[in-house]
Amino acid sequence: MRARLSILRSRLHSVGRWAAPPAFAVLLLLAAGTRAGAGPVADSSSHGHRWWLPAASTAVAGRIDSLFILILWITSAFLVLVVALFVAFVIRYRHREGRRAAHVTGNMLLEIVWMAVPAACLIAIAYASNGAWSAMKEEFPRESESLVIIVKPRQFQWDVVYAGADGRFETADDITAINRLDVPAGRNVIVKLMAQDVIHSFFVPQFRMKQDAVPGMTTEMWFNVPAPGTFEIACAELCGLGHYRMQGRLIVHAPAEYDAWYAGRLREKAAESANAR
Amino acid sequence: MNSSRSLRLGAWLLPALLLAFALASCGGDSGDDADAKKPLATIDPATAATITGTVTFQGTPPAPKSVRMEADPHCNATPENETPEVTQEVVVNNGRLANVFVYLSDGVKGRYAPTADSVVLDQRGCRYHPHVLGVMVGQRMVVRNSDATLHNIHAAAKINKEFNIAQTQQGQLTDQVFTHTEVMIPVACDVHGWMRSFIGVLSHPFFAVTATDGSFVLKGVPPGTYTLTAWHEKYGTLQQKIEVKERESTAVDFAFKAP
Amino acid sequence: MSNQGAGALIDATVRPRRLARIFSRDHTVIAKQFFAMSIFFLFAGGLLALFVRWQLGFPGSAVPVPFNFLMTRTMAPGGVIAPDAFNGMFTLHATFMVYFAVLPMLVGALPNFVLPLQIGSPRMAFPTLGMLSFWLSLLGGLLMIATYFVDGGPASTGWTAYAPLAAVSHYTGSSAGQNLWILSLAILGIGLILGAANQVVTIVNHRAPGLTMFRLPLTVWSFLVTGLLVLLALPVITAAVGMLLMDRTLGTSFFVPAGLSVSGSPLAGYAGGGQPLLWQHLFWFFGHPVVYIMILPGMGVVSDVLAVFARKPLFGYRAMIYSTFAIAGLGWLVWGHHMFQSGMNPLLGTTFMASTMAIAIPSGVKVFGWLATLWRGQIRFGLPMLFALAFLLTFTVGGLSGIFMASTPVDAFIHDTYFIVGHIHYVLFGGSLFAIFAAIAYWFPKATGRMLGERLGRLHFWLTLAAFNCTFFPMHILGIGGHMRRIYDPTVYAFLRDLQPVNTFITISAITLGFAQLLLVANIFLSLKNGRRAEPNPWRAATLEWTLPSPPGDGAFAVVPEVHRWPYDYSLPNAIEDYLPQTSLHVNGTGTGTDS
Ligand code: HEM
Ligand SMILES: [Cu+2]
Ligand SMILES: [Cu+2]
Repeated sequence: MRARLSILRSRLHSVGRWAAPPAFAVLLLLAAGTRAGAGPVADSSSHGHRWWLPAASTAVAGRIDSLFILILWITSAFLVLVVALFVAFVIRYRHREGRRAAHVTGNMLLEIVWMAVPAACLIAIAYASNGAWSAMKEEFPRESESLVIIVKPRQFQWDVVYAGADGRFETADDITAINRLDVPAGRNVIVKLMAQDVIHSFFVPQFRMKQDAVPGMTTEMWFNVPAPGTFEIACAELCGLGHYRMQGRLIVHAPAEYDAWYAGRLREKAAESANAR
Repeated sequence: MNSSRSLRLGAWLLPALLLAFALASCGGDSGDDADAKKPLATIDPATAATITGTVTFQGTPPAPKSVRMEADPHCNATPENETPEVTQEVVVNNGRLANVFVYLSDGVKGRYAPTADSVVLDQRGCRYHPHVLGVMVGQRMVVRNSDATLHNIHAAAKINKEFNIAQTQQGQLTDQVFTHTEVMIPVACDVHGWMRSFIGVLSHPFFAVTATDGSFVLKGVPPGTYTLTAWHEKYGTLQQKIEVKERESTAVDFAFKAP
Repeated sequence: MSNQGAGALIDATVRPRRLARIFSRDHTVIAKQFFAMSIFFLFAGGLLALFVRWQLGFPGSAVPVPFNFLMTRTMAPGGVIAPDAFNGMFTLHATFMVYFAVLPMLVGALPNFVLPLQIGSPRMAFPTLGMLSFWLSLLGGLLMIATYFVDGGPASTGWTAYAPLAAVSHYTGSSAGQNLWILSLAILGIGLILGAANQVVTIVNHRAPGLTMFRLPLTVWSFLVTGLLVLLALPVITAAVGMLLMDRTLGTSFFVPAGLSVSGSPLAGYAGGGQPLLWQHLFWFFGHPVVYIMILPGMGVVSDVLAVFARKPLFGYRAMIYSTFAIAGLGWLVWGHHMFQSGMNPLLGTTFMASTMAIAIPSGVKVFGWLATLWRGQIRFGLPMLFALAFLLTFTVGGLSGIFMASTPVDAFIHDTYFIVGHIHYVLFGGSLFAIFAAIAYWFPKATGRMLGERLGRLHFWLTLAAFNCTFFPMHILGIGGHMRRIYDPTVYAFLRDLQPVNTFITISAITLGFAQLLLVANIFLSLKNGRRAEPNPWRAATLEWTLPSPPGDGAFAVVPEVHRWPYDYSLPNAIEDYLPQTSLHVNGTGTGTDS
């Protein structure tokens, strides 16, 4: 009886010794998982008190989130498997006097299984990823049917250019803004990035989108935000001492409101150039 | 390979190490040191003269360009910026041109010890105060951040050492000293693209920046023949040969024209 | 292969003078020199990380008094770290850790000590190269330290030094600092290349008779593969930083396109026509293999420690070797996964996603192989084993988090966020560094003749494990919240404000983690003085180094050993002992499993 008790004690001891950190990790992951299940947040501009993904505000962001959750489940399953086996082995096969380990050198079948199963999972993930990737980066909406905006980041601000009344860029009537991007809701927006000095990266967390702006070349991204709201634009690529506050605002207006805003800017521009003449 | 050979190898390595170190860390700082070689001069109050004048502007000045300071909410918060936001590139009042740097560019003999008091370059309301600034070689320049936002002071010096420092805190001060004559050094804040200032560094104290009425005064000038230069960031430089007599006041005017 | 013993004997009889002792060609001395250097940079890099963490956990507050001695007035006016200094600190942190702590440990200290002993050779193939490799690395290290003190501060462009930020000096405040950074890496690169050549040749040429390739322990295999990786990867970075230096100082435009501006005015002095992405391709073509250079030796060590302490042959010996080669080989094909959002053609993104997914498979083979090694073993929890077991779990977490980033769309969100920072630390700290700790505990008796103290060692282990997870796991949560990396003040962003308590928690954990490492140093010093004397073979391990006295002394393998079996003959059913040294001829019965 006593012996059994002490075995139990030592077992518990081992469990305590070994299980705590992995259990901690698993718990955190699970906690994260349940939060994920809480579903999308209604108010796109709020950021709520949650330590989780910011509200997804575009359809693409929703797709990325589902991918993320898929990978989270698969990797969690593997983590649980590894941790479970680990804990079991470490307890079950800890050293005891008079026992000898099994002289096992390998097992072909097992080795094939643990290559094939992960391989299948990885192929599935890659396949699922590929669709979303094409949608984000390859299948751009047509420019003629979208709002095209040029963003020229520099140390440390976002210079924004809209085509003016003539509908063309690089002309005298271009409308410019700094650190502020106004777009209509429900419309495809194409942003062309042309960095003026070093590499910056255009990042809107709620869109799950990040695109580097590389000097010497034009990179592009597109989004379509269904509902009005205000978002922060962050620079995600180290660009110097002001990198951390290279911050912009992205304002999504209701379509009519946007048209009014744009018309206002056109008038302002016209007045300005009349003034200069 | 025997051990004495490896010994020699090792013995060479240490000096090589130090040499590479020294070379690498000292490379870079070169500028002409003509100033430093000049003899030290002082102002003789018994003979010192004065140069005064006005800088005018002929033609219509360009319309002021507006600044969109909403890019940084902190900038708009300053009461000063409730006045119209315009650049300070061309400031003309009744035909008088402000922010012109006027200085003796030739004829000054010797170099002068830097003035003890420091000059201040203030960043207030996301603008530089003053917009154009003169400072002596070796004189202390204090850069102050009076705003509750980040400014970086990026001086694109070519002869002096270029510097690029950040000030995060309101009230923060940073000292800077220039070691060589250089007219002008453009200064910019990369956080607020419209912020721009110019610094003229001279090894003598005979310089001034025109006030809003276009006037300037150079005091304590020893008698002699000089070239007086007026510099403007947009309209370039104008020069005049002048002769300055003992204890007299010489009047010199400049006129910039609209292109 | 047979007369190297004589050479060593002759060397030993020449009375070493002082210089000869400093510029020693003796591999154990070189190993110790590398070790000391690496530990120094580990602490220096750790301190810098704590400064970085301080600013992130408590933005805008002054660095606490006893630790502000490294803050110059321009770096931290009023004790508050300035943004440019912050950038310099994380750059130097990573540079120290990657190039001057982990690499010299895994390509310098470890192979120089362990490798000849495990293959039954009295010396490395090229003693002078070994000596040079240390002194060049140290020179590089000194130059890197100097960058901290030069005018304008250290390089502040990250350890990745992306162009044009790093290629044009006007874009940062540090000019001399970045130049020295480049010079330092070039010198270190040459040093490591010499060391790696030495390592590879030694393995190929200096194995004891009977020690065929497939009788090598996994540690030696991993040294071989790592050596090859170093030989192929380091020249790339050495050339690339050379080009970067030319861009900075001679006005070439390898990485500088035309039409750039600085502070709103045109950038003068560059012809343009260069490609910023070229730098990224060159850097990561080196950078990704280097990540494996930092993990493969650890995997080798852990494989051997697990086998010894589970008293079992390593499960799937050949699979383990092939997976090492697979990882090293695929490691050359995945560099683009650092560049998914860089503006590289998205089609290439898909390709690199596929190759990256593929590399997860051999990594999985390793993890499952290690688990299976524990299965039906007789596990003893010695100090080396604790770290090896912890490695198994933390490396698994790091590997799994890598899969998120391999998925191109998900990477669009988590790239350049703290998720990445969490990932690199799970693989580098929880991986490489835990393996290094395991190696230290495992070979300490052999190197010094004393056992590393158990009690202090366990305290160090548990504190490190707990603080490690508390520091780096929450970083994933930050990343999922969108928290960018390399930012000076997260409170600037409204969407990050709720995450600030996590940052504070991480900082406190990091401080604990940093201080816990002092226990390791204390333990090393205490054990050197008062540690229990080590027997020749305290772990009852089968590899060759344990047939020697502890420490081996000058005459190691003066008599060349003869090898008769592979290194994993543990718990043979009919053997008397539960292990057979590689030198033993007879099984004492009808035991089977002697591979090859
Ligand atoms: C006390 C231990 C450590 C702490 C607290 C720590 C903390 C940090 C922090 C705060 C950063 C910068 C995050 C940012 O970009 O804002 C960082 C980056 C990094 N660390 Fe560590 N670290 C530690 C140990 C290590 C070790 C042992 C290694 C290497 C084996 C390492 C390698 C790196 C690398 C490669 C980066 C990325 C830097 C970059 O991309 O610029 N760290 N770490
Ligand atoms: Cu940026
Ligand atoms: Cu500013």
